[in-house]
Amino acid sequence: MANPIEQFKIKPIVDLHMGNVDISFTNSAVMMVISVVLITAFLTLSVRSRALVPGRWQSVAEVFYEFIAGMLRDNVGSQGRKYFPFIFTLFMFVLFGNVLGMIPGSFTYTSHVIVTFAMAAVVFIGVTIIGFARHGTHFLRMFFPHGAPLATALILIPIEVISYFSRPFSLAVRLFANMTVGHIILKVMGGFVVSLGGFYLLPGLVPFAFLGGITVLEFGIALLQAYVFTILSCIYLHDAIHMH
Amino acid sequence: MAEQKDLSSLDDLEARIRKARERETEEAGNGPGARKPPQGLGLGMRLAVEVVSGVAIGCGLGYFLDSWLGTRPWLMVPFLLLGGAAGVMNAYRVARGLDATVGLGAAQRRKTSGS
Repeated sequence: MANPIEQFKIKPIVDLHMGNVDISFTNSAVMMVISVVLITAFLTLSVRSRALVPGRWQSVAEVFYEFIAGMLRDNVGSQGRKYFPFIFTLFMFVLFGNVLGMIPGSFTYTSHVIVTFAMAAVVFIGVTIIGFARHGTHFLRMFFPHGAPLATALILIPIEVISYFSRPFSLAVRLFANMTVGHIILKVMGGFVVSLGGFYLLPGLVPFAFLGGITVLEFGIALLQAYVFTILSCIYLHDAIHMH
Repeated sequence: MAEQKDLSSLDDLEARIRKARERETEEAGNGPGARKPPQGLGLGMRLAVEVVSGVAIGCGLGYFLDSWLGTRPWLMVPFLLLGGAAGVMNAYRVARGLDATVGLGAAQRRKTSGS
């Protein structure tokens, strides 16, 4: 009954097959559509009045805007402004995925490594293209530190290249691992509440109190991980734009 | 009428604010250098992810090159070791609070000169 892994199962809702490729509309896709619709509705409806003195919803939307704009300004600089739409979309999508996943019975699409890895790969490939477009082959010189003896290049360059390639991986794994682990803990704790509270009321209260604390922590992690994912994307963007 | 004037002066003010802000950030961002290193559980988590991802990417890169060049298993061995080194280097950078930019040497120099 309380299988902690069960919640991550992807169930097809509308079966679709294109040749041998399964492109079914799954519960994960449903949550993605819901979050995109919610984000779009929230952002368009809240700024519809375009009041000079913002109303309640408009101030919330402006807080998000200011937050990401400030993050981009601090980490990338004024040249990063044209990447704002992408970074903002990324942040909102991850944030809504994390937070909507906290609703009991819903599905957390950020807890699947393929989803986070796809986002990280887009960031990684985009940043690499930006770096090459702006600096040409000069971009490759980042992989060899200034002043190191030339003989060490044989070891240093592969290490730096691997370190570069491991970025999207660690970016993806960090978000995925945090979300998965958090949801498993919630489920296990919930199982304790049911099985202990089924015997006596009092022992059930202990894991219940714990569960309450963990839930609050999980909300914090949902917000924090969206922030971390975005700020790391900003840092990578900074790298590609300003070479040192 | 008065409102119209008000709005135009507000527009003017906004333009001036924007210009001032741009001047302020003309130097294109101080970069991610001045951040504190993570602490506690977050630090442990990040270190683990960095080391594992370094090894995994090194291994995967070696495997990919091997199947591409048909030299299995000879490239996978050095790339596994290099991946381990890259993972440890990444973990070192996280632990020392160096920024996540490319190049260990550059990051170290920025850290000592920046803050």
